[in-house]
Amino acid sequence: MKTWAELQAIKADVNANVFAASAPGEYRVLVGLATCGIAAGAMPVYDAFKEAAAGNPKCKVGQVGCIGMCQYEPIVEVIEGGKRTTYVKMDAEKAARVYQEHILGGQVVTDYLLVENGITCNSLEDTTFYKLQKRIALRNCGIIDPENIDEYIARDGYAALYKVITEMSSEDVVNVILDSGLRGRGGAGFPTGKKWSFAAVQQAPQKFVCCNADEGDPGAFMDRSVLEGDPHALLEAMTIAGKAIGATQGYIYVRAEYPVAVKRLNIAIKQAKEYGLLGDNILGTDFCFDIGIRLGAGAFVCGEETALMTSIEGKRGEPRPRPPFPAVKGLFQSPTILNNVETYANVAQIILNGASWFSSMGTEKSKGTKVFALGGKINNTGLVEVPMGTTLRTVVEQIGGGIPNGKKFKAAQTGGPSGGCIPAEHFDVEIDYDNLIAIGSMMGSGGLIVMDEDNCMVDIAKFFLDFTVDESCGKCTPCRIGTRRLYELLEKITSGEGEPSDIDELEALAAHIKDNSLCGLGQTAPNPILSTLRYFRDEYEAHINDKKCPSHVCRDLLTFTIDPEKCVGCTKCARNCPANAISGAVKEPHVIDHDKCVQCSVCMQNCAFGAITKD
Amino acid sequence: MKKKMSSIPFNGTPEQEAKLDAYIAEHRTEEGCLMPIMQEAQLIYGYLPKEVQIHIAEKLGIPAEEVFGVATFYSMFNLSPKGKYQISVCLGTACYVKGSREVLDKICDILEIQPGECTDDGLFSIEACRCVGACGLAPVMMVNGSDVYGRLKASEVESIINKYKEFEKEEKEYENMG
Repeated sequence: MKTWAELQAIKADVNANVFAASAPGEYRVLVGLATCGIAAGAMPVYDAFKEAAAGNPKCKVGQVGCIGMCQYEPIVEVIEGGKRTTYVKMDAEKAARVYQEHILGGQVVTDYLLVENGITCNSLEDTTFYKLQKRIALRNCGIIDPENIDEYIARDGYAALYKVITEMSSEDVVNVILDSGLRGRGGAGFPTGKKWSFAAVQQAPQKFVCCNADEGDPGAFMDRSVLEGDPHALLEAMTIAGKAIGATQGYIYVRAEYPVAVKRLNIAIKQAKEYGLLGDNILGTDFCFDIGIRLGAGAFVCGEETALMTSIEGKRGEPRPRPPFPAVKGLFQSPTILNNVETYANVAQIILNGASWFSSMGTEKSKGTKVFALGGKINNTGLVEVPMGTTLRTVVEQIGGGIPNGKKFKAAQTGGPSGGCIPAEHFDVEIDYDNLIAIGSMMGSGGLIVMDEDNCMVDIAKFFLDFTVDESCGKCTPCRIGTRRLYELLEKITSGEGEPSDIDELEALAAHIKDNSLCGLGQTAPNPILSTLRYFRDEYEAHINDKKCPSHVCRDLLTFTIDPEKCVGCTKCARNCPANAISGAVKEPHVIDHDKCVQCSVCMQNCAFGAITKD
Repeated sequence: MKKKMSSIPFNGTPEQEAKLDAYIAEHRTEEGCLMPIMQEAQLIYGYLPKEVQIHIAEKLGIPAEEVFGVATFYSMFNLSPKGKYQISVCLGTACYVKGSREVLDKICDILEIQPGECTDDGLFSIEACRCVGACGLAPVMMVNGSDVYGRLKASEVESIINKYKEFEKEEKEYENMG
């Protein structure tokens, strides 16, 4: 248990002795140890620095969360005085060299610096990738040690909670969040303050504050990054929410696929309790609030609010009809608010800096920033936080560094299985909730997958439908059977059996599923088809009418041919063909028997003369 | 997702049961304790055999049907044992657009099993998993959740599998020597 004065002393101490510009010759080495960093091999790098620096009082080695540039992992930052140096794609050997030359010798090892567009950058802060971002939700990720509460406190951590408890009424808190214009970052964008105000006015013996950390959208990892890089921000915000609506218990529903996040959350909860910032009599007042962790077990539908609450109750995570809304009757039949991780990550900053600070950023109806997980065919895969209203072009071309291998941008997919594809013609759209809806996609949780000319949009729609078929909980018929029928139609089209009437059937069925499904999963499941039909109808038509896949993805529609001019008759293709579909004499042009060919493309990979083409 | 109950005979030990019972005793009064208990049981036994599900139901005084209902609803509960080397291939969007389907198909071809199945010798099982959040390394596969192989090509899969077969051979030889 710590008093506020003691916490202030910790803050001053960490700022002076850990964060502040240290004397020249004193070093802090920070290794990014989020899941992506660890997967790329950051642990041996961390160990190498630890070992090298053991017994050196002038070099402190620490861990931080994700800095956001996935493809450069493992990333190490060396801080001397106020100067940051970012080393990328590190390994243990490189770490030893950096220790020798930079930390002991004072010379930056330029070989391992980040090169962006041919320019060597001394630090991440020098990159276009970083400069165009505005970090609020991610403000501590990659900066603080997520397993050390003192470092969070030093970055104004728990100051918002102190302010709420000592200076504000519950109503004040709700009003600030309402005035800030913060909207839910998990999907539909419902105003957070409104949600809180509904629950705040309920009279009930028990209320709950829940956090959706069941980040199930394929290709989205914003929440994981916050959980792994800044877990206290979530605890603080949930406690503030508890105060605002009059709840004493919170639950974080986190997916079990995020073991590092779960571990760091548990550590954070323990530390916060030790400091009297969570649990009974928070900061010495009579306000009590506790947080429990519930692990998901791999069901996408549990991202839907009522299903998530049913799952916390220990049951099959099936959604239930609304109303009653969770703010009235939620978890264990009590008034409940549910927000996602990124939404909560904004709360403390809004309390500290004021509603107008937050609402000065963004567009008319979408305030603040949004974190996107950039992935797919893009040079800078990673996590970026930009003000609402930033154009897709800026995100893809400037921050994302464009498309690799000189390929052309075809579409960006947002909103995961509930969202849609944004084609090149909308490249200059300002990204916010309403603009994305208007062009047939949605914000969703923030996955942004870039596709190039090699991706077939019918195949992509099929991929998402395969996902929803698998994840439909089965409770309501339109979703359970309807999504399967949609999938079968796509399967038919991509295997060359499509008929012109299939497109009409897809559209009719999609409309039916949207209107009649019980929860958001079913209501949005047809979106990937509808949006690709809207912008890439020609691809559907090519599959159906010409029996061709223009992007050469759908295997059943490919025809392999050998150019007799280029074929030298080396027999390599014939020898490697698993279907014995290729014939021809030595030194004579070979021929593929299309009836036997299984379109495996082994011949094409084996041909040294580029004589085989697919169409 | 279809789930098959394993036909492999249950061979739980009294120690395992005692461990599970201790956990149940500690948590049984908490609201919503069923899933955490099942998660713990899976940690202890590696999967959820029918016998264990019935045991949990009896201890909690609820119908076994309720436990089975939860076990089949969530993809992370396993009704059959896993291979010694559990291969999971990420089929998240980022991995998919970079060719993870081909990687998965290749592994299935080599091991001659389908996702969700285990090879007869109990060595390998394959699963197609949801996004593991390592999109920067796409396409990604993992072995036993800890060995991560990123930026994979289908052509590289065979040598990775052979590596584990090699491990196994060495381990056998070592055992024979000892």
